[in-house]
Amino acid sequence: MSEVYLNGKFVGEVDEPLVFVEQFKSERRKGNLSENANIFYNDRSNDIMVESGKGRARRPLIVVKDGIPLLTEKHISQLEKGEISWSDIIQQGVIEFLDAAEEENALIAFTEKELRSEHTHIEISPLTMFGLATSLIPYANHSPAARMNIGGKNQKQALGFYVSNFLTRMDMDVNLLHTPQVPLVRTTMHDIYSDEKHPAGQNMVVAVMSYEGYNMEDAIIINKSSIERGMGRSSYYRPSIAEELRYSGGLVDEISIPDKDVKGYKSEHDYRHLEKDGVIYSEAVVGEGDVVIGKTSPPRFLSSLDEYNLAAATRRESSVSLAHGEKGVIDFVLITENEEGNKLVQVRIRDQRIPEVGDKFTSRHGQKGVVGLIVPETDMPFTASGIIPDLIFSPHGVPSRMTISHMIELIGGKVSGLAGRYIDGTTFHSEPEEDLRKELLSLGFRENGVETVYNGQTGEQYKAKIYVGNMYYLKLKHMVANKLHARARGPIQLLTRQPTEGRAKEGGLRLGEMEKDTFVAHGASLLLKERFDSDRTIVPVCEKCGLIAIYDEHKNKSYCPICGDVEITNVEVSYAFKLMLDEFKSLCVYPSLKLKNKY
Amino acid sequence: MGIYQEYKEKLPLSLFEEVKEKTKGMPASKAKKVLARVYKAYLNAKVEAGESVGLVAAESLGEPGTQMTLNTFHFAGVAEMNVTVGLPRIIEILDGRKEIKTPMMEIYLKNPYSKGKDIKRLALSIKETTLKDVITEVSANIAEKKIEVKFNKENMKEIGITSSHVISACGKAFKGISIKKTDDGMLIKIKGGEDKINEVYKIKERIKEVYIKGVKGIKQILPVKRGDEFIIITAGSNLNEVLGLKEVDETRTVSNDIYEIANVLGVEAARQAVINEVNKIIEAQGLNVDMRHIMLIADTMCFSGNIKGITRYGVVSEKASVLARASFETPIRHIINASLVGEVDKLSSIVENVMLNQPVPVGTGLPGLVVKVRK
Ligand SMILES: [Zn+2]
Repeated sequence: MSEVYLNGKFVGEVDEPLVFVEQFKSERRKGNLSENANIFYNDRSNDIMVESGKGRARRPLIVVKDGIPLLTEKHISQLEKGEISWSDIIQQGVIEFLDAAEEENALIAFTEKELRSEHTHIEISPLTMFGLATSLIPYANHSPAARMNIGGKNQKQALGFYVSNFLTRMDMDVNLLHTPQVPLVRTTMHDIYSDEKHPAGQNMVVAVMSYEGYNMEDAIIINKSSIERGMGRSSYYRPSIAEELRYSGGLVDEISIPDKDVKGYKSEHDYRHLEKDGVIYSEAVVGEGDVVIGKTSPPRFLSSLDEYNLAAATRRESSVSLAHGEKGVIDFVLITENEEGNKLVQVRIRDQRIPEVGDKFTSRHGQKGVVGLIVPETDMPFTASGIIPDLIFSPHGVPSRMTISHMIELIGGKVSGLAGRYIDGTTFHSEPEEDLRKELLSLGFRENGVETVYNGQTGEQYKAKIYVGNMYYLKLKHMVANKLHARARGPIQLLTRQPTEGRAKEGGLRLGEMEKDTFVAHGASLLLKERFDSDRTIVPVCEKCGLIAIYDEHKNKSYCPICGDVEITNVEVSYAFKLMLDEFKSLCVYPSLKLKNKY
Repeated sequence: MGIYQEYKEKLPLSLFEEVKEKTKGMPASKAKKVLARVYKAYLNAKVEAGESVGLVAAESLGEPGTQMTLNTFHFAGVAEMNVTVGLPRIIEILDGRKEIKTPMMEIYLKNPYSKGKDIKRLALSIKETTLKDVITEVSANIAEKKIEVKFNKENMKEIGITSSHVISACGKAFKGISIKKTDDGMLIKIKGGEDKINEVYKIKERIKEVYIKGVKGIKQILPVKRGDEFIIITAGSNLNEVLGLKEVDETRTVSNDIYEIANVLGVEAARQAVINEVNKIIEAQGLNVDMRHIMLIADTMCFSGNIKGITRYGVVSEKASVLARASFETPIRHIINASLVGEVDKLSSIVENVMLNQPVPVGTGLPGLVVKVRK
């Protein structure tokens, strides 16, 4: 007796669970039951779970009967000719989708070679055990799984050609690689997702060597002339948006060049790019603080009395301008209406991003690194045949991470470039490394991929042979231009008087709890105080009641609001502490300061 | 002898004795030089005034903690014998938990037994035996208010007990029952009327836990050879009773339950146990922390006479400063409670001075300037 549950609800019992499950499966394959239903027999608790709801991850597998896959050569040739389709072979019960639970009852063969009579299913291709991004890594079966995961994640951050209608789109934070290429070492997945329509990387000549120590800690060296030829160049697009909002009382925003008497008027210089309609013109070169869309808004709080008050009736400035650290060229101006019928102005700003020290690049094997140095081509090492690498990769990145696929791709790329054909690097059924080596030898190079290389600065031959070849490298969206930040002094928060946080607000860099501990551990007490002086204030304190007193600037005299004219002393504390005392008072806690002479 | 006299007061006793031992037979001038060097090294090792030892100890133990693995260690072959190690164990010790996850003992034995004599019998006699260890089946008959228990004769023989022993133990454990011996076990009859039916169920469940033999709390035993002597490792701890056994070497037998050690042997022993246990884990992970950091932490936990964990209920609650306590956990409660009694914060420690942006009283912030004002 086994209990049967349909989508988690008890529906009945069966006497022969295994017979029931088998019958269920065969009815499903015949098409009498929905192909979306999955069944799972739990032999420990003796329950049968039938699931037909949404939200289960399912994957297709070829059904195996008595050790023979149901998918035959005939199916494949019919599929290739287009006589039958994918859904036809599912209806025939040749391929079925299993969810995670039903997989527990299945024995899935990985390849046809290992197929035995006990197997219930066989993989369509071993590649199906990877996701899309991981399938794009060539020779991934040669590297640790963790690295391939990282490699897959990195590819999602790569710059490329994401859509072909980008010119008419207003996407937030978009990057476009200027001259993207298709990889030389490919996988089946590249064909399946038609990467020639949206490639996301470039083939570079890579030398595996160190260079003056500038590529330690995973940094990479880039050839300056390669950059000048356009390698790794991209554009960054960001829209600025302004809308003419309607407020109660018939008041509206107005997109125009603000008048000089508007509250919060910037300077004439800031509005210099605006045309008569208050919107910037195309191809204007803009920098930090420049207004892109001029806009004024009605005053914020308008009470009935203020109708006679001229000062209160002035409109306030609410233009859209470039934030701290931004620059670019106006790419596209769009003036339209939104769903509510309000005037809507969108301005797209474009900024060319040339690779610079600090930009992040990666191969497809989780070997990411930032640019450590840009070297003039004249100083780059060159091979005996005169090839100058685009990129120098540090050999120290390989042993601990064991990314052999990275090394094989380099040979594969070299063969591809020399032989003029693409290399199939699909995981589990790639062109064997041995064949690549043989072909490389026949092309007139050393079969292990190393070459004689000369020092670009002195012209001397390096004693070691250098591993040189072609690799597909990706430029990642993390660029220093978006991140570089430092501050000496700048804006503070209104509430705590401490520096603001974050690059966008020109904020300070926090000296945190653990950094504080290092100062204390060194006994650098006064240095610590100096670091924390950012919100220092001097408050008058009443010696009698211990509360904060008032300083009357007009009379140049302090007094206590409670005790009156008593002795008041000025004390230096952090403003955050003064704020905390105020918060104590709001809790009805009386925080009295007992003053004592320090010396 | 004269040369040693000078340093007897200056050096700690153990160090002094060690130097004295090692310089034995040396010419006096040479020995004197050695002593001078040792004294200088000793002075250098001393902590300077104003050094924030507490913070350095905390960081020195906290940083290796980030590298520790979170595994429990299993003894091969013995069920329910595993040891909490790594970070969870460190947290357990420093929090001063009363109930630890895996209490353990290492029982050292006196001479003939330490060489392996009777080791298996001895180990089995220490292990706590409950009824469930010596039976195969318990079945209840509700209508007749009877419980039938079948014995496992093999296990009984191995442990060295008889049926009558078991029956008398069960008889003592419950009131209102009568027990009859049967061929392969015993028959328990619950006295009384229909209202006692619930009792049948209760007794059926509870009878399995009836204590029969051995030391209470010792759940599992494992005799092992360490060096050239046999010791018994146990899961579960009962220091009081084990130290009372005549075969046990009470000078070396240890438990890992720090509260138990404090109760049986006193707080000084507990302090040493904290040091040993923490040090054992750090060494097992292949890490290295200076002993003095661990000693300081153990002292902080034990100096009050009771074990106090490094938690808001333990040592933090003893901090003099309201602001320092409030900055650790549950600030509002600390502030409200302090205001109820009008507590005064003397600003004598680090955290509160950082909050007020005053120089912290360590290192360069410690010395004050004394000026004699001429009148
Ligand atoms: Zn006052």
